[in-house]
Amino acid sequence: MIIDTNVNLSRWPFRRLPGDETPDLVTRLRKVNVVQAWAGSFDGVLHKDIGGVNARLAADCVTHGKDFLVPFGSINPKLPDWQEDVRRCAKDYRMPGIRLHPNYHGYELKDPVFAEVLQVASANGLMVQLVVSMEDIRTQHPLMRVPPVDLSALVAVMKNQRAARLMLLSWWPALRVQQIRPLADAGELYFDFAMLEGIEGVARLVEQVPPERVLFGSNFPLFYFEAALLKVQESGLPEARKGLLFEGNARRILAAKA
Amino acid sequence: MEVLIRCADRLGIERIILSQGYSADLHPTPEQLREENDRVMRAVRRFPERAYGSVYLSPSFLEFSLREFDRCVRDGPMVGVGELEADMRCNAPELDPIVERAISTKAPILQHTWLKLDGNLPGESTPYDLVELAHRHPDANFICAHTGGDWERGIRIIRTTKNICAGVAGFDPTAGVVEMAVRELGPERVVYGSDVGGRSFASQLAKVMGADIPDSAKELVLGGNLRRLFAPALRAKGYQA
Repeated sequence: MIIDTNVNLSRWPFRRLPGDETPDLVTRLRKVNVVQAWAGSFDGVLHKDIGGVNARLAADCVTHGKDFLVPFGSINPKLPDWQEDVRRCAKDYRMPGIRLHPNYHGYELKDPVFAEVLQVASANGLMVQLVVSMEDIRTQHPLMRVPPVDLSALVAVMKNQRAARLMLLSWWPALRVQQIRPLADAGELYFDFAMLEGIEGVARLVEQVPPERVLFGSNFPLFYFEAALLKVQESGLPEARKGLLFEGNARRILAAKA
Repeated sequence: MEVLIRCADRLGIERIILSQGYSADLHPTPEQLREENDRVMRAVRRFPERAYGSVYLSPSFLEFSLREFDRCVRDGPMVGVGELEADMRCNAPELDPIVERAISTKAPILQHTWLKLDGNLPGESTPYDLVELAHRHPDANFICAHTGGDWERGIRIIRTTKNICAGVAGFDPTAGVVEMAVRELGPERVVYGSDVGGRSFASQLAKVMGADIPDSAKELVLGGNLRRLFAPALRAKGYQA
């Protein structure tokens, strides 16, 4: 059984994708043994009506994936009154977390607003997922050049945000495996491996950080789901460790929130 | 090599076509080319049931490269050319004698291509360059490595040039790539590769395993097409294709 922590609903702006209709996405994920998917919304990357994005996300999860899709609402702290969006995610929709796209929303991690988001999220009991990149910068649409999030300030921020629970999604190649340890030591940070590359990449990752900090994430439907699955297979991890990555760590994190 | 075989076994990959050893040097000296090719041939001889070799050459050292082709392919165990990516774009006339050598042994040519948003490196080939080369050599078989990276453009660029296959290795496992390639080129012109080292077997294999295409097309992309392309060169070496 698998809990996929890196899934998006709705439409990617530049390409139709197999699975970009929510009922179809749920069917496809169930077929490959996924029992729960933490879902953000592609709409959260570019839309300015984030309240509407999160309302649709919450409704879609209930309508098409009750007890299967777990919504992670988008927060853009450069929008006026973003704190109300956080409140709605926590209180109205009972989401366990929020998702950030700093590179698409126009702020750096050294911007005080990032620390403020972490604070407000923690105060509301929300985990934060930070998406480092959505796609290879070399193949982006020429009118939509968005470099990955610069993570150089993250260690310092996390050291001052001891209550924050942060998960980095799609962090490779902006961050290399050998650079990851200081981040893991700086606070409660978790990592997916949707974009991780290199032979036996997941095995190398769990040598650098405790295996309790690594969660299965596929970046489906933008990426083929099978990529994350086969990375685990290629890495030849022991069954107990695979169980943590596939499911155990995600369940533990959500249980701690509850 | 042991790690590659171990990972290949975990994913059901029967055969690997090796090239370039450990080097990613885009301006190799003749000594480096020879060293890389020797490394590949040692691996092929050590794992003859699992690995084939493909020769690394540079058009900047043409006479040396032709001798190296003869040493490794004509007279040696290698069965292909490339991935070619060193020194100059593949539409350069210096590539012609290399391609003619490849035709003489029916060895397919794997040519590196990219279409980078901020511009390619000096001397780095695009699918447009490969189309030029392929038109000059209609009897050669080319694989467009990475399909230009920007595959939605790369597939269109090579679409009408029938002696080019799309190689889907070496870029993110973006959903839809293999479906589009099969739709636009036909399943006979799409080939799996891993680009392992920089990438993983896993992420690249997923492009085919996860694609919404018939199983018959997957069989072609995963191995059938490469068997067909390499069959003449393999038979000439006494391999079973």
